Amino acid sequence: MKHLGLIITREYLNKIRNKSFVVMTFLSPLLMAALISVVAYLSSVNNDTLKDIKVLDNSGYFGHLFEDNNQLRFEILPDMELEQAKTLAEATSAYGLLYIPSVDSIAALKKGITFYSADTPALGVTVAMERLIQRQANALVLRENGIDDKAIEALYFNVSTQLETFAGQETSKLGSGLKLIFGGAAGYLLFMFIIIYGNMIMRSVIEEKTSRIIEVIISSVKPRALMLGKIFGTTLAGITQFAIWVIILGLFSVVASSVLGLEIGSGANLAQEAAQIGDQESQEIAVAVAREIWQLPLTNLVLMFFLYFIGGYLLYASLYAAIGAAVDSETDTQQFLLPILMPLIIAVYVGVFTVIEDPHGTVSQVFSFIPLTSPVVMLMRIPFGVPLWQQIFSVVLLFTTFMGTVWLAAKIYRVGILMYGKKPSYKELIKWLKY
Amino acid sequence: MALLDVNEVSKSFGSFTALDRVSLSVPKGSIFGLLGPNGAGKTTLIRIVNQITMPDQGNVYLDGAPLAPHHISDIGYLPEERGLYKSMKVGEQALYLAQLKGMAKSEAKAQLKMWFERLDIGHWWDKKIQELSKGMAQKIQFVVTVLHRPKLLIFDEPFSGFDPINAQVIQSEILRLRDEGATVIFSTHRMESVEELCDHIALVHQSKKILDGNLTQIKRAHLSNRFKVGIQCENHDQIFKAIGEKFSITPTVFKSVYQGVQFSLQLSYQDAPNAVLTELSRYGMVYHFVAEVPSANDLFVQTIAQNSNNN
Repeated sequence: MKHLGLIITREYLNKIRNKSFVVMTFLSPLLMAALISVVAYLSSVNNDTLKDIKVLDNSGYFGHLFEDNNQLRFEILPDMELEQAKTLAEATSAYGLLYIPSVDSIAALKKGITFYSADTPALGVTVAMERLIQRQANALVLRENGIDDKAIEALYFNVSTQLETFAGQETSKLGSGLKLIFGGAAGYLLFMFIIIYGNMIMRSVIEEKTSRIIEVIISSVKPRALMLGKIFGTTLAGITQFAIWVIILGLFSVVASSVLGLEIGSGANLAQEAAQIGDQESQEIAVAVAREIWQLPLTNLVLMFFLYFIGGYLLYASLYAAIGAAVDSETDTQQFLLPILMPLIIAVYVGVFTVIEDPHGTVSQVFSFIPLTSPVVMLMRIPFGVPLWQQIFSVVLLFTTFMGTVWLAAKIYRVGILMYGKKPSYKELIKWLKY
Repeated sequence: MALLDVNEVSKSFGSFTALDRVSLSVPKGSIFGLLGPNGAGKTTLIRIVNQITMPDQGNVYLDGAPLAPHHISDIGYLPEERGLYKSMKVGEQALYLAQLKGMAKSEAKAQLKMWFERLDIGHWWDKKIQELSKGMAQKIQFVVTVLHRPKLLIFDEPFSGFDPINAQVIQSEILRLRDEGATVIFSTHRMESVEELCDHIALVHQSKKILDGNLTQIKRAHLSNRFKVGIQCENHDQIFKAIGEKFSITPTVFKSVYQGVQFSLQLSYQDAPNAVLTELSRYGMVYHFVAEVPSANDLFVQTIAQNSNNN
């Protein structure tokens, strides 16, 4: 136990004093922040430009409907030929020209309305225009059929389906999206952590082999203690790095949002497009998002995140350590790494594709029990509400497998660290288990 | 009194037998040469003593007690495949390794300072291993091995990588540690070091121990009753022929300031060497009459050759 503490301390200090580790710790969040802010800045620049749109309404029904807002400015052209209007629009470098042909009946407008522009227009612009025209056209048809304006006005209201489980839990489509984001983020974080720090453990084992210090050390400590010490030490270094990243990114986003007035992270284009449609609506969405987040099983998610993080990470870490012990150099690791990466990648795919479709389907359930995939898949499922027995079963299975894997990995490790100059095959690894 | 007793130890890896019922007894205070060709099983045996590998069968006793984890601090081991953390500072690294052997940090620090002074390497404390030469790193490894004052020291090829001057320094340090009460197991292929240092040896070949005991006694047992003789005379051929009629001799060459006939003389066990010497002196002045004593190298080569033929 005393040895374990010594080893963990050495591994930890050695990692965090390493120059490239320090550089990566402070540089990568800056790089990422820089990248995000460049993208955010560019898209905000793009949205701030006022778009000039010429409207040639030969039908005469719609011209008066177009009102300017902070992004779009409409100019109703006097009656003229289409070709003329196009030339004019192009010459004044307008964003585009909306052409509504003259028609005999409103129904003929199904086709024929055209938007001419230099490039493909932004989704938000066309959607906004279509909605205006659609609504007016519908009203016109109704009026033609003798329905009075009051009735028409009463016709327009939004239907929003309330989703509720039998147990009385309210859900919504928006909630599903959020659940996916939360679960996905948790699963993906674990996935990244395993790959980055698993590799780091492997390299540190190989380093001890190539520097030939290993035999001196295991004449003092048990190989298993050395392996566990390495895993824990590297993990602590990893958590330190992650924590620093979170803090730096957090600070940066606070600074950035106050300076630039941007909302980092929610800068997805769809949200921007939505903002174009109407400020009122985007506010409603923001409120709904906040409400949905509070409705997520957050305590459950956070608790399980820690359990799966520890279990899943340690499971893979011991496999990485065993691989490091089996080989002489990093170039020999490929054949052994593939079988480790496969279940991880499968887990992410199952999480992204199957869990979205059907969070409680057979495939999702099975993969959330298999220990090599359960950490990622179950974390993605949990926001959708997973029965407690399934969670417990899966975690117990994970930790049992983890113990088994550590035992197995320690055996390979014990033999492997003293084998030099051989490139082992799987057959040989199995033989080692019997030594 | 034996410090280390290896009792019928066997170890196999899969179908390969690394050690086959090997027994050894290392006397307290001795320098014990563990010899054998490459792949004979020496390293496996050493690893078993260090509890790195567990024997399939047999027992090992240290100071009369069955080998147990607490013995780790009683043993200092310098493996043949040795190295240090390249990017760690010398002092930090030595402290870490000493603490793994169970030393308290303050004690380890004091001992390290003492050793670094003694070997004149005090100014390396804050250097990284990658800044040092191979020989320098070897010195640090030596210090780390002996630092915790173990009862049993195991050196596997301790002189490789040292220049003759530093090899001499390390050799005298080993002798001093022995004089201070440590027992040393010494594995090497350099027979002149065995000759110089070891008082006991064991020879391992093809997983079996084929010879062991006190080096002087072994040599005595391997005396062949053969003498190298030089007689100062004028007519070499005639005298060689005359002696050859009475004794079994073969011509041989050795360096001498004298001129004369030189040969190797094989006596039977009935012959009394003194009587033979008297007889030989009638042919001229006997300037050389020395019993041939097998060197460690001879013992090694002969015993291995004999045992390989038997197989």
